[in-house]
Amino acid sequence: MADQVFVYITHKGGVVDDSALELLTAAKAIRPAAETVALVAGNGAELEQVCAEVGKSFSQVWKLAGEAFAYPNAEVIRKALTAILPKGAAMVLLHDTFGMDLSPGLSIKLDSTYVADVVGIEAVEGDKLKVVRQEYGGQVSSRSLCDMNNGIVVNVRSGCFAADETQAGGNAVVDKSAEAGDLSAAREFLELIVAEAGDVDITKEDVLVAVGRGIGDEENLEIADDLAEALGAAVCCSRPVVDAKWLEKSRQVGTSGQTVKPKVYLACGISGSFQHLGGIKGNPFIVAINKNLKAPIFQVADVGIVADIQDFLPQLTEAVNEG
Amino acid sequence: MEILVCVARVPDSAENEIEVNRDGTDIDRDSLVYSVNEWDNYAVEEAIQIVERDGGSVTVVSVGDDESEEILRREMAMGADRGILLSDDAFEATDGRGIATILKAEVEKGKYDLILTGAQADAGAGEVGGMLAAMLDIPYASLVNSIEVVNGQTLKVGREIEGGNSEMNKITLPCVLSIQTGINEPRYVGIRGIRKVASVDIPVHGAADLGITGDAVAPHVHRQDYFVPELGDGAEMLEGSDEEIIEKLIELLKAKGGLK
Ligand SMILES: Cc1cc2nc3c(=O)[nH]c(=O)nc-3n(C[C@H](O)[C@H](O)[C@H](O)COP(=O)(O)OP(=O)(O)OC[C@H]3O[C@@H](n4cnc5c(N)ncnc54)[C@H](O)[C@@H]3O)c2cc1C
Ligand SMILES: Nc1ncnc2c1ncn2[C@@H]1O[C@H](COP(=O)(O)O)[C@@H](O)[C@H]1O
Repeated sequence: MADQVFVYITHKGGVVDDSALELLTAAKAIRPAAETVALVAGNGAELEQVCAEVGKSFSQVWKLAGEAFAYPNAEVIRKALTAILPKGAAMVLLHDTFGMDLSPGLSIKLDSTYVADVVGIEAVEGDKLKVVRQEYGGQVSSRSLCDMNNGIVVNVRSGCFAADETQAGGNAVVDKSAEAGDLSAAREFLELIVAEAGDVDITKEDVLVAVGRGIGDEENLEIADDLAEALGAAVCCSRPVVDAKWLEKSRQVGTSGQTVKPKVYLACGISGSFQHLGGIKGNPFIVAINKNLKAPIFQVADVGIVADIQDFLPQLTEAVNEG
Repeated sequence: MEILVCVARVPDSAENEIEVNRDGTDIDRDSLVYSVNEWDNYAVEEAIQIVERDGGSVTVVSVGDDESEEILRREMAMGADRGILLSDDAFEATDGRGIATILKAEVEKGKYDLILTGAQADAGAGEVGGMLAAMLDIPYASLVNSIEVVNGQTLKVGREIEGGNSEMNKITLPCVLSIQTGINEPRYVGIRGIRKVASVDIPVHGAADLGITGDAVAPHVHRQDYFVPELGDGAEMLEGSDEEIIEKLIELLKAKGGLK
């Protein structure tokens, strides 16, 4: 059998997810000499469109077509992949909410190794893969050696690998639907519930005062409101502030919240997890105010201030108001 | 409903500045504050609320050493009916798959309708729940942000997906769900609550009790070392007195359009 490396491709409305070519780079880092095989599940004309697009970059496209794949149900797709993948397969997926749902169980069914949320691939050492991950909310990184002798499922973080734009694909689509086997599932997709809009649309603001867990208490939100008012900005937040019900969900920035594109972003008492940073686009000027000099946010911010926001924000507000 | 919640004891990353030790083999564990994994606390609260509505009992289980007893007691003070500690020298160097293997053996000793885990723990893997479900051959849903008990066989669960949207699913029992933060508001545990459960017996099950050999929990992912990441160029740090910092910051904000 030819040496192959597999990449699962996600898509929506006939459009391939931006991550596909990043995953291709990761796949080539794992098996440089291998044929690249894209795995695409879906239904109808949209699926054909996606297969044609992906075919430009991957050696082969393995297609799973049918009503059962109309919505990506991880249990159904896991069954199909377990049926069609060869023993010992090496596979790459995106570490998004679908990849998190699918991959751990898939690795068990394939009896292979699983490694989550990989941000870098350093080397292949025999049948071991050396990967870089982040732990403790990004405060430290670690290197791990992962066994590949029985195959491996690697979930890759978005934005960590450069897209492979070579377009050296084979434009070859193979229909694997008939080999997918029994697709009955104990979990059934019912419907999507779209997030409710809030009182303020933070996606349209030029200046954002963002507060995180470091704000400490609901009453302290006042100091952020005052600063925002002085700056003509809006207040947004990280997830723990919404979890605690101090602000509405529509104010949350991040992968499971809003994507914002401000000119200036003041991150106050926010550590800088990748899920939070994933919601900040358009390369704004980021000011980080945090009492911990080691907070990861200082690595991505333009300007950093080590301070207690309880003291610092009121002083800043006063100075702005005195202007 | 008989509910099992898997809980992990982790360094509290909101309370600690996590640093790498001198030779890079581990994080510096001296003087770290440990607590129950944030996600697991939401999972326990959810289990307690289901049992308060529909009856049944909540068991909390942890794979760890003696010190994990403390978090089991904390979750019992919250309202879990019993705790089980899975502990053995053979479990020490394992990985997520090994933890799932150990939990599976304990699950098979009982009769649970629903198993809850947190969406992820300190290493940000989010793997144990999905692995456990696949090993038990029962359905799984991750990142669950709502649970409605339809009847004794079925749940309706919401999964949080990108952009703050949710995906509703019907899932049959028994199943494993990984719980996302924000699904509820975990109740406060006071010192008196902890005292009340201080002397409750927590059984400890080792490898032999669970029928697990060292081989079954040998890791497939081996940590080599830790280091401090350099993500970008790093921020320009403003230093000086508060007045000086504020003056400089206001200047920068004006230049960047943050102040009109
Ligand atoms: C699937 C998934 C999706 C997620 N989606 C999102 C998302 O969309 N958005 C999001 O934000 N998170 C999201 N998260 C959560 C994310 O992983 C982090 O837990 C979260 O971003 C941390 O928020 P934080 O920085 O406010 O809190 P922490 O990480 O606890 O950081 C608090 C910071 O405040 C500092 N601090 C404390 N007190 C003070 C003070 N007085 N003055 C100054 N600084 C202080 C601390 O030093 C620390 O750096 C998601 C997680 C998962 C698993
Ligand atoms: N040592 C452990 N003991 C019990 N449950 C665990 C343990 N480690 C992880 N889990 C469970 O698995 C979930 C996900 O953890 P992880 O896969 O390590 O990110 C946690 O939220 C716990 O519910």
